[in-house]
Amino acid sequence: MEINEIIREENKVYSKPELLDEVHMHYCPGCSHGVVHKLVSEVIAEMGITDKTVGVSPVGCAVFAYNYIDVDWVEAAHGRAPAVATALNRLWPENVVFTYQGDGDMSAIGTAETIHAANRGENIVMIFVNNAIYGMTGGQMAPTTLVGQKTATTPYGRRVDLNGHPLEITNLMAILDGTCYVTRQSVHTPAAVRKTKACLKKAFENAIAKKGTSVVEIVATCNSGWKLSPAKANKWMEENMFPKYPLGDLKNV
Amino acid sequence: MKEEIIIAGFGGQGVLSMGKILAYSGLMDDKEVTWMPSYGPEQRGGTANVTVILSDEKISSPVLDRYDVVIALNQQSLDKFAPKVKEGGMLIYDTNGIHKHPERKDIKVYPIDAMEATLELGNSKAYNMVVMGALLEAMEYKLPMENVIKGLKKSLPERHHKLIPLNQQAIEKGRALI
Amino acid sequence: MKEEVRLMKGNEAIAHAAVRYGCDGYFGYPITPQSEVLETLEELMPWETTGMVVLQAESEVAAINMVYGGAASGKAVMTSSSSPGVSLKQEGISYIAAASLPALILNVMRGGPGLGTIQPSQADYFQAVKGGGHGDYHLIVLAPSTVQEMVDFVGLGFDLAFKYRNPSMILADGIVGQMMEKVVLPEQRPRRTDEEVRKQCPWAADGRKDGRKRNVITSLELESSRMEVINHELQARYREIEKNETRWEEIGVEDADYLLIAFGSIARICAKAQEMAAEKGIKVGIVRPITLWPFPTDAIRKAAEGKKGILVVELNAGQMIEDVRLAVHDSLPVEHFGRMGGIIPSPDEVLEALEQKIINK
Repeated sequence: MEINEIIREENKVYSKPELLDEVHMHYCPGCSHGVVHKLVSEVIAEMGITDKTVGVSPVGCAVFAYNYIDVDWVEAAHGRAPAVATALNRLWPENVVFTYQGDGDMSAIGTAETIHAANRGENIVMIFVNNAIYGMTGGQMAPTTLVGQKTATTPYGRRVDLNGHPLEITNLMAILDGTCYVTRQSVHTPAAVRKTKACLKKAFENAIAKKGTSVVEIVATCNSGWKLSPAKANKWMEENMFPKYPLGDLKNV
Repeated sequence: MKEEIIIAGFGGQGVLSMGKILAYSGLMDDKEVTWMPSYGPEQRGGTANVTVILSDEKISSPVLDRYDVVIALNQQSLDKFAPKVKEGGMLIYDTNGIHKHPERKDIKVYPIDAMEATLELGNSKAYNMVVMGALLEAMEYKLPMENVIKGLKKSLPERHHKLIPLNQQAIEKGRALI
Repeated sequence: MKEEVRLMKGNEAIAHAAVRYGCDGYFGYPITPQSEVLETLEELMPWETTGMVVLQAESEVAAINMVYGGAASGKAVMTSSSSPGVSLKQEGISYIAAASLPALILNVMRGGPGLGTIQPSQADYFQAVKGGGHGDYHLIVLAPSTVQEMVDFVGLGFDLAFKYRNPSMILADGIVGQMMEKVVLPEQRPRRTDEEVRKQCPWAADGRKDGRKRNVITSLELESSRMEVINHELQARYREIEKNETRWEEIGVEDADYLLIAFGSIARICAKAQEMAAEKGIKVGIVRPITLWPFPTDAIRKAAEGKKGILVVELNAGQMIEDVRLAVHDSLPVEHFGRMGGIIPSPDEVLEALEQKIINK
């Protein structure tokens, strides 16, 4: 059979989302970011809001998100994405604004901006990719690093007496009156991917309906930082991350 | 025309607001005006002062060493600012609680009992307008009363406009002290 | 709103000017001695009239990053603070400059270092004109000496910021912030419509309409050769600003034997000292830099020709004097007179310092 006989519309089972650029991503093989980018691209295109969506990228692995998803972007200083998003939305109330942040951006250096934007109930979407480690800078401890987890700055494992407890920032967000929707999902199985997509869609719908702040946490792998193969990283996540960061809705008003 | 004035006393005597009404009145009379509240170490110890400059010309420094008019409402202010009246200038002071009176002969000195006059009015809040009346009477620059009333209206919030007749009365009372 | 003559504090005047010049958004955090800016804006409720957004942020850091976001979307946005708060904003200011965004920042300086005092100061000159944050960048720095200039520089600051896509700073001292003066408020300049914003700022991240290419506002470029090009572009713009936008004021310079050089409200104290000097037969001229960056280097060099000496008067330990010395090299004596900690020198003191440090030396 010739290849051209295979490449036909009726044989198509999958296509790259139209908003996802035709470029090589800088993410490591096995990284969850690629999947989340794909879902964000699909949701924006399917909702028909490409011309009014503005993303705010963080400092961290996703700093270059603006190179992959074809909407307008503002790249924020480390941790400041929610403040940047606040102004972007208040000054253009008809626009749909989302932040895309990692665990360092969201729950360490940017904790104040995260909590206060959510507490004001800014009509934005906060996408939080939690892989329990600092990927971009080479695998240092994150606030969400598990007790006992080895990182570049906890080479013998995180110790509570030295480093404190893993921070469940999303649980904090759920108790704030400004949030309307807080959920924790993952993208390690096809079912989980489908579920997360539905959650992202709901979050964007809330922003359009001006219901308040929506937070979608995605518990994710960093196989490079964790020094595991992608498959083993998924297994490690299920066994270690999910007990501490259980999946499901924390708030849905 | 240029009047360089400092009003000094305790916080709570209405020093800053008197300065503000004076500045607004000057503004209503088409003058250039500057109102500069006290700054620096002299602010400590509960004293307050404000420099008000009224002029036909553009005003240079809002901070001064010497004044055409000094209004001193306590001993501390009198001691500090009496020596700073320009030769031929004017000093107005409230005699209440003053034990050491100024001795300068090269300036005009008006001791007034503004507190007594205020008590006669029956409203202690009118104190600073009694002092203002004395100033308006004594000052070389004759600020038309209609512009003072306009200044009062501008500087008082609307809800206090009912007090304008009382303030006017206080100003007249103050004029009579000179 | 029509043009209006009012008596008000510099800080209040800034708020009125922001509304009247068609500012789209103000983001701030209270700090003495400039809290009246935010307070006055909240009282004016401009969101009911012009549609201007006013927001009390959770910190100075958040406020400047809101300004970054707003500016990134093409809107005319501003923040204000005082010295310790402006230190906190430096990271954001560096990003705004690096990303070539127009914005307006007001610093009503108080005495430092550290928490310092709430009294007036000019000790943030270095921070404002030499960078402040990290990297090679410049702000257009305007130094008002009157309440009227506080108003005028809001308009000028925004105009220059948009003309050059570069942040402007109004570097005021606590004196001009807290002092009340007669001021002419301008007629209401309408806020730009969304269409006008899009037309003026085709680079803005405001949603990619009509299938245009996406706009990305970023200061990141990991490829060194490209980052150097970006730096060269910034520097070329700074040279352009130096050429076109240097502003200063001279009073009685031509006939003078001596010069007083000062910025902001201190230049007015010098003007009084100049009057007093004239009474004693001493001929003094004044040069007041209005833009602190770009600095009026050539103007000062020219003004200094044939003079016997210069006294630079500042509310700091000697900051602008470095730029004055660079302007005149060693062609004449240049000395400094400064007060710190919130103390304001009187005209007497200035004249005395001129006599001691320059005339009788």
